[in-house]
Amino acid sequence: MKKLLLLGDEAIAQGAIDSGLSGIYAYPGTPSTEIMEYVLKSKEAKEKNIRSGWAANEKTAMEAALGMSYTGKRAMVCMKHVGLNVAADPFINSAMTGAIGGLIVVVADDPSMHSSQNEQDSRFYGKFAMIPTLEPANQQEAYDIIHYGFELSEKFGTPVLVRLSTRLAHSRAGIERKDIREQNEIHLPGDPKQFILLPANARRRYKILLQNQPHFEEESDNSVLNKYFEGSDKSLGIIACGIAYNYLLENHPDRNIPFPVLKIGQYPIPYSKMERLYNECEEILVLEDGYPFVEEIIKSYFGLGKKIKGRLDGTIPRDGELNPNIVEKALRMEIAETRTIPELVANRPPKLCDGCPHIYSYNALNEALAEYTKGRVFSDIGCYTLGALKPFEAINTCVDMGASITMAKGAADAGFTPTIAVIGDSTFTHSGMTGLLDAVNDNSSITVVILDNSTVAMTGGQKSSATDKIEAICEALGVEKNHIIVIDPSPKQHEKNTKIFKKEIEYGGVSVIIPRRECIQTAAKRLRKEKKLVN
Amino acid sequence: MKQDIILAGVGGQGILSIAASIGMAAIDAGLHLKQAEVHGMSQRGGDVHSDLRISDKEIASDLIAQGKADIIISVEPMESLRYLPMLAPDGWVITNTNPHVNIPNYPDIKDIIKEIRAIPNHIALDANKIANDLGSRRSANIVMLGAASPFLDLEYERLEKAIRNIFKTKGEKIIETNLKALKTGKEFAKNYIKK
Repeated sequence: MKKLLLLGDEAIAQGAIDSGLSGIYAYPGTPSTEIMEYVLKSKEAKEKNIRSGWAANEKTAMEAALGMSYTGKRAMVCMKHVGLNVAADPFINSAMTGAIGGLIVVVADDPSMHSSQNEQDSRFYGKFAMIPTLEPANQQEAYDIIHYGFELSEKFGTPVLVRLSTRLAHSRAGIERKDIREQNEIHLPGDPKQFILLPANARRRYKILLQNQPHFEEESDNSVLNKYFEGSDKSLGIIACGIAYNYLLENHPDRNIPFPVLKIGQYPIPYSKMERLYNECEEILVLEDGYPFVEEIIKSYFGLGKKIKGRLDGTIPRDGELNPNIVEKALRMEIAETRTIPELVANRPPKLCDGCPHIYSYNALNEALAEYTKGRVFSDIGCYTLGALKPFEAINTCVDMGASITMAKGAADAGFTPTIAVIGDSTFTHSGMTGLLDAVNDNSSITVVILDNSTVAMTGGQKSSATDKIEAICEALGVEKNHIIVIDPSPKQHEKNTKIFKKEIEYGGVSVIIPRRECIQTAAKRLRKEKKLVN
Repeated sequence: MKQDIILAGVGGQGILSIAASIGMAAIDAGLHLKQAEVHGMSQRGGDVHSDLRISDKEIASDLIAQGKADIIISVEPMESLRYLPMLAPDGWVITNTNPHVNIPNYPDIKDIIKEIRAIPNHIALDANKIANDLGSRRSANIVMLGAASPFLDLEYERLEKAIRNIFKTKGEKIIETNLKALKTGKEFAKNYIKK
């Protein structure tokens, strides 16, 4: 069969389509977005009637996937690493209910924070929930792991976590497809109380989860994803998790590694194989992208005095993603001198596009706030976070999805009034609505600016759940109608907009300003599409 | 055979179209390929690059190691210099000389050209001007691909085939323009080496 050239994300999607998936749920987030995008574009997925489409947030996506699994159908939910914080409640509790149809939670981590606010390692969530976690090393494994993961999920009636990182998610390679499996028929849980986590049932479900732990460990020890490679030089044993294995190979072009190597792609960690490596070798080097997850376990579990090298002892930097050179240094190989970057090369940070509507919102907001002391603008996650940079320097915070409104409220509660929240349309329906309700209930002195560019712009222009609904939502949450004002963020309207900002900031209660103009990238894309249709 | 290529530019300049052409030609030739891309925040006018690796053997890492890149293809002059630590001692830099100025502290272009000329193996061309002269402003990236073509371990005809494929929905005229852009870039590079 001809190989398909796919991103790691796309390989996951194709793997799911081919292994009997009935529905996929997700909220856009780099580096996970392309999984859902691939299914949305797939003709096969359409023919098979696979449910796809963006959810309001990761929590609603996770719950919908669990609901589909409850009916016996195979479901997948995808998100970026911080999205799992939002979905943590249903995620952790799905380990308690278990799954009926195969349930896979794909989480893409972003070590080095290419497009994120932290580099949290989702393997800890897998351990926290006490469910099997899979970590592919390359695009082919990403494809294969979904077949494997669904089988594993149904074998033990458990959700399975699949952990990716940016490099694999956004790198292309050829993959070979496997046999295609039909979708499951609807079959509800045999035990009608399985999904009712009342304390009495929950205690029983927890016992089942605990009883499954030795089975999960045994699966890991026997898994094809956890391979032990013999080596003659026992002065060092190497553990390589996920894509770290590629960097190890890269440093041995003839593929001849003298040391014993344990390649890990399934957790809980394979204790017997790890014990063997620990006993056979004088020192252990742990290569893993993300936090020192395996390194900490090996230190505490097998901690009998042998030297463990990794992120904790400084052999590998404590933060940032791995690359071939970091691994080269860790192997104490000779590093050749390279050229340096000429001094004149200037940094080129990302910025708002020319003509972006946010530019004109910030220009008006900055002018309206000129008479106040600084530090009043609480912002959020999206393209508009670039308003923190020059020339705008318009915002003072960016923490997590929805935090703009609630932090502005907290600061106002402290007596620091007025405060302003700046949030995007999709971020507002993701996690901003409940915060606005809090503010209305307390009549906090905040002005909420909902930048409505009618798309999820930063991740490439996905459909926003908020489109055409924002005023109705604000009104329903209790914001007074005459303090919900839509403006046109364009240079022509600057004077008028500045006046509106000033007036609403002075108001003393909850006001909402909605600068509304379509994202210029999305508009251009739409026009190209329309032109094509006309031709 | 193994070639490690860094593609460099500024978000929005479309370096991935070059990657797609080389990738298609490589797959057509039955080679292995890995290509790491940049998505997300940096696409908004920031510096972007893509690691493209082709080989007749299986490729391990998605990322190219420092000092190992055989070729840097940059559609922007300052960006070609940003990845010099990645370049192998005998590697080639193929760069556009037309600056994309979207920062206030962009250095003097003369100084940038001076730095580029100091690299022993380089090809520097104003791809925008060449594309404009051909009457196709948008073909600058294909001119760059053409200039890089003599250094790629890929038959030129495979690149032509890839371009036909990529632009097949755009009509014969656009295909011809881009094939001309490819050829003009190639001729430029050949003459540049002779000088």
